[in-house]
Amino acid sequence: MNGIIQPDVPFSPRRIGAMVLRHIYLLRASWPRVLELIYWPTVQMVLWGFITVFLAQNSSYIAQATGVLLSAVLLWDVLFRGQIGIALVFMEEMYSRNLGHLFVSPLRPYEMVCSLLLMSLLRTLIGVGGAALVAIPFFDYNIFELGLPLIAFFLNLIVMSWAIGLLVAGIVMRYGLGAESIAWVAIFALQPLSGVYYPISVLPGWLQPVAWALPSSHVFEGLRELLFHQTVNATLLLNAAWINVIYLIGGIAIFLGFFHAARQKGLLLHVGE
Amino acid sequence: MASDHVIEVSGLTKIFGSLAAVDGIDFAVRPGVTSALLGGNGAGKTTTIAMLLGLLLPTSGSIRIFGEDMLRQRYKLLHRMNFSSPYVDLPHRLTVRQNLSVYSHLYRLRDVPRRIRQLASELDLAAVLDRPYGKLSAGQKTRVALAKSLLNAPELLLLDEPTASLDPDTADYVRGYLENYQRTSGATILLASHNMAEVERLCSDVVMLKRGKVVDSGAPDALIARYGLKNLEEVFIDIARRPHEATA
Repeated sequence: MNGIIQPDVPFSPRRIGAMVLRHIYLLRASWPRVLELIYWPTVQMVLWGFITVFLAQNSSYIAQATGVLLSAVLLWDVLFRGQIGIALVFMEEMYSRNLGHLFVSPLRPYEMVCSLLLMSLLRTLIGVGGAALVAIPFFDYNIFELGLPLIAFFLNLIVMSWAIGLLVAGIVMRYGLGAESIAWVAIFALQPLSGVYYPISVLPGWLQPVAWALPSSHVFEGLRELLFHQTVNATLLLNAAWINVIYLIGGIAIFLGFFHAARQKGLLLHVGE
Repeated sequence: MASDHVIEVSGLTKIFGSLAAVDGIDFAVRPGVTSALLGGNGAGKTTTIAMLLGLLLPTSGSIRIFGEDMLRQRYKLLHRMNFSSPYVDLPHRLTVRQNLSVYSHLYRLRDVPRRIRQLASELDLAAVLDRPYGKLSAGQKTRVALAKSLLNAPELLLLDEPTASLDPDTADYVRGYLENYQRTSGATILLASHNMAEVERLCSDVVMLKRGKVVDSGAPDALIARYGLKNLEEVFIDIARRPHEATA
């Protein structure tokens, strides 16, 4: 062992930090990327904010809790931004044909996963956090007043987004950038089932068990209970949490499985469409 | 068991569907020398290098590096190795310094700024350290990729076509640098190349591949003498044009 390097260790926060640093460098060098982070969450929030203003005067449902739509929009974006954050950060390595270099370094795949989760969290905080702050002067609505339950909602949604993001990143690693559109559309298949803007009871009876298998359904039901009845339904949050544990373990296992498949097929050296 | 070789490959096979890209090859690389994998397009050079790095899992066979099983001890061994290839790239928007910093942390270097300064000086990169990698010329990119591959002062360096698409001046510079690095560090270098003059200059051993099999091996001078030809390029062409399986 030469004196230039420290001994290898099986888990290195420094390697994870290096991967996070790589993407922070990228964000710093590219203002359109930063703008994109906050652009859509803000546009969505403004649109739904005006809809809320209108409906508050014309709908008894919205009038009971004027923040219900804005909260739902912002929390839905946690799910979307979290998922797309993982997929995009991973695809940046494919766009730059960098995977071959990364995976001949001592970087472990699980360290790569940790860095993806951290970057997803950072990107989501910038994007959704920015939109939430804009909502305060625009619509006199402060989502942070939800208090501690907001943290529980956020954590549940971001963890679910990680699970789906890892699944999508794995698919793109295995099937190439031709599959990148999945990153943009995958989460929207779950939106109608998540009860973002309406209660799960609206869904047909046969579809409701499917909806309850999503952590997001429990979160958005919990959000409505909090806003309409001022009660924190711990059962809903705990249900979301344990389902999320299964989702996250599944997401990581699938990503690592696709990584193994990519090594079997020699895809790490020849990434592309 | 102690080994006399840095790389020992035995019965290495990689099958994609019905195609045997690498078909039961055996070879070994001595420590402290530069060796080459030679062969035409599709001979299995890049596939072999990818398996040596663990980027590609073999269908069968074994790879021992520094006497240890590459498949079982991959990360421990990767810490002592490095790799460069024109077929992989570095992030274009990051500056040279940022790219080298990221990889320095991945290899857990002790003194990152010092190592980057040292390599930048040796590879004439000081003036471009703060320029985006994507804005460099092909020659500059090659030198940056070489700097990346030397960050951890690897004891084993794998290079896939190290001078591909470089002008003669830059290619000569790279060859000279590799010669000097090998001589001063005592590292082992294995390269895949189509440039026979480069191989004659740099390598003390070559392994000739054809259709996934080892068809010959030895020192360049010995091969040239054995085939009764003028240079390694003629040997390469002779082997490439011979009917399948026939060797000298």
